[in-house]
Parts: sequence; C-alpha cells; structure tokens
Amino acid sequence: MSHPKVQPFTRPKHIDDLPQGTSFTAGHLVETTASWRTQTPQVEAEQCNACLQCYLVCPEGVISVVGTGITIDYDFCKGCGICARACNKHAIKMSEGGV
Amino acid sequence: MKEFGEKAFVSGNEAVALGVRLAKPHVIAAYPITPQTTVVERLAEMVEDGSLAAEYMHVESEHSALSAVMGASAVGARTFTATSSQGLLYMAECLHYASGGRFPIVMMNANRSLALPWNIYGDQRDSLSLLDCGWIQFYVEDAQEALDMVLQAYAVAEHPEVLTPVMVNLDGFVLTHTYELVDLPPQAEVDEFLPPFQATNKMDLAKPVNMGFTATPADYMEFKYQQHQGILRAAQVLADTDRAFARRFGRSYNGMVDTYRCEDADTVLVTLGSVCGTVRVVVDQLRESGHRVGLLKLRCLRPFPAAELRTLLANAKAVGVLEKNISLGYEGTVFTNVASALARDAKAPLLLNFVAGLGGRDISKQDISQMFTQLFDARQNSPEQRTIFVNLQVETNEQRLEQVHHG
Repeated sequence: MSHPKVQPFTRPKHIDDLPQGTSFTAGHLVETTASWRTQTPQVEAEQCNACLQCYLVCPEGVISVVGTGITIDYDFCKGCGICARACNKHAIKMSEGGV
Repeated sequence: MKEFGEKAFVSGNEAVALGVRLAKPHVIAAYPITPQTTVVERLAEMVEDGSLAAEYMHVESEHSALSAVMGASAVGARTFTATSSQGLLYMAECLHYASGGRFPIVMMNANRSLALPWNIYGDQRDSLSLLDCGWIQFYVEDAQEALDMVLQAYAVAEHPEVLTPVMVNLDGFVLTHTYELVDLPPQAEVDEFLPPFQATNKMDLAKPVNMGFTATPADYMEFKYQQHQGILRAAQVLADTDRAFARRFGRSYNGMVDTYRCEDADTVLVTLGSVCGTVRVVVDQLRESGHRVGLLKLRCLRPFPAAELRTLLANAKAVGVLEKNISLGYEGTVFTNVASALARDAKAPLLLNFVAGLGGRDISKQDISQMFTQLFDARQNSPEQRTIFVNLQVETNEQRLEQVHHG
C-alpha cells in the first residue's frame, strides 16, 4: 500500500464549507512535510534485496514496494534516518540536506 | 434507592443515574471521586443487573475516563461520564479535546472545592475555573431538575446545530447526597423525546475519515469560530428542548434562566445551583415585610444568558451575585459575566458580589437576608468594594481600618 498523495486544497469560502469538527475524508492530505527534512535517504538499488525492513520500520509509512525494489515518497519523508539504520545491506545512505 | 413505579425517593446523584438510564447510553466510563461516587456506583449496578444495556469501562483515571468516552462518541455512541473537583481538573486537557472534536458527551460534575487546603465539600470553583473549555454548563437546583436536565442535556448536545459536550453541575453533598421524591418519566416517552444519537461525523469502515486532525495558523481560527457559533446556537436549542420537554412531561425550566418574584423587584439576587431554594424562602420573608426583592436563577453559564439578564434586570436598582466561587485576585467569575452583560446598558444597576460557601460552609437564610440588607444600603452609599466574602469568622484588616476611620 502506498502513502496517499497530496490533493489540491481549495480553501473554504464560507464557514459552513468547513468540516464540522475535526473530521474529514480519510487520507485527504493537503500539505507535504518534505520541508522538515535536513537529511535525505538515498536508495542504492543494486545493493537492495527488498527485504522490506525499511518498509516495516518507517514511522511515516512513506516507503512502498515497486516491482522488486522500494521507493520513497519524498513529499512526506521527514529524513529521520531509521530506514538507513535498519538496512542490513547498507543500501540506504543519508545525504546532507533536504533534497 | 427506592423506586415506586413513576416515583422514586433518591439522592441527587441517584436521580442523575436514573436520568442516564432513561437516556440509554451505549458507553459509560468514569472514575470514582467524592461526592460523585454514588452516581457511578448506581450506574454500575444497573449495568450489572441488566436494566441498562451499556458498556461500563473501568479506567485508571479521569483523564482516561473522558478519553474513553471521546473514543466511543467518535464511533457514534451515546456516552456518559461523571466526576468532581480534582478529577475534573485532571480531565482539563480532554475537556478542550472533546469540545474541539464536537463530541456530544454528557457529564455530571459534583461541584466540590479545590485543594489546597484539601477539602471534599461543595463549592463551585471546579467547574467555574473551566468555564472556558468549550462545554455547555448547566447548574441545577434539586434532584428532579438534575434528572430532567440529564435528558435535556443529551437533546441539546447531540443537536446537529450544536454538537457540543454538556456538563450538568450539582452542588456537592447539599444536592448530590440529599434525598428527595422525584417523578420518573416513562421510558417510552423518553425514547420518543430522545431518539438515538445520529452522528454526522463518525469513524466508519464504509466511509473512513480522519478524526482529531491538525490545523495550521491558516485554518485553526475558523474551527474555533465554528465551535463558538455552535455553543451560541445552544441557547435557542435549549429553549426549544425545554418546550418539547414541558409538552411531554409537564415540567418546564424556562431555558437558561428562571426567576422568582422578579417582575416588580428593585433588588435582585442572582445565583445558581442548590442555594436558590434558600433564597426563595428569604425572598418570601422580605416580601412580607414590604421589600420588593426577587431571585434570578442562572441555569446555564455557557452559553451565557446576557440578553435575558438585560431584559429581566432592566428595572432593578441593585443586583447581587451570590456564588460559591472566587477568581482569586479579582472577583467571582459569575459576577464578572453578569457585570459584563449589564455594562452594555447606560443605567446599569448597582452591583455587589457575594462570595460564600467556599469549602462547603453553609449559606444560611440569615446570610442571604444580610446580603439583601447590604444591597439596600449600597443603593444609598455606593460602596467602593464590590466583592464581599460572606460570613468570614475573623475580623479583617479592612474592617479594622473602617472602624478606625469611622470611630
């Protein structure tokens, strides 16, 4: 299962257009959290054996399986580095900077 | 607890428990605390003997109790909890959460003083210190009103225009533990008055939602405005609910305020809770000796009946506000609210604030009579000090200075 994507957000024009209380359609994301990142995980595909340890431990659920490898949704990755630490194959490296 | 068909001889707490059973909540979670304990004991017994088909959740604290009923409310359940004093304060974080999440929980609070000094007796500083937490607050006078207002509380809280939790306040011991005869509304009639809760927003596998989400500075304020409007709308919903209640059960409480001999009164005591009964007796006594006095009973502090106060007190020359509460360092919170409502009128009456009954001290007929005398005197000499601690058992420095001044 992949992380929901950001959807375009139209700001309500009238008070009645707001959801009543803090409740709205599940997975309706209107903002990314990419800007929180100070380090960025990079996957070296040749070293990855798709054991999915990173997928299991990612606290944001931004790692998903694509074909025989993994992919990271950089819109929501906060750069915590847990995936890099968990990777037995050292296939994920943290690079300095948010991109 | 003695029930005889359509009547019961019960304490205030037990009247609440009977009201809750009639309202048929799905989930009850509560933690015992004096003087609330017997309401949750009776409810536990009702669940045990099968007369109330609710899930009774045992929790380790008041914080957990309110969190648990919030969770239940989020899936569309009707819920109940009850607490008092320190327990209410321990819930404080969750009180804001519940109102912000628009969960129509009904909670009974047994008004009790706050530590320190440690004290288990009745005053209103617990709920009044949490007046700003976004809950509707009712204050009731006797066991019958307690039972009836539990039913009205669900009708108001769950109204789609309101969706706001309600706190029903009973004076600790004086009301929670006093036995009275109450009328029990028939279950079939209650079922029609209070149909099952239809949640507009709920956790649902068929229609998944995010609940309790974050809002940034760009969006947060609109949610608070929306919540504010919901509580304001509760005023009309309460009035309509009371009318529907009166039609079905023959008892009416006049919505947010009730009055006693106020029509032609020049001196009015405004108060709330169980002490209203004693004030009525004193009003009758003073009327017999020719004084035009009256009682204005505040039944709801949020929303606040500002317009009603302005109308009902339009001809009063002096108004006292009696509360078992003080916002230390200023004045009683009820007084602040009443003064704010009346300040919009150019010829606002003279106002005195009587702080009494803290930590469960009795408020006697003589005390109340003395308050009216102070109001009569104040009309002549407009005293500088507006907040008066009633029935202090020691001389104060202010009194000594005044003696020196006049002596």
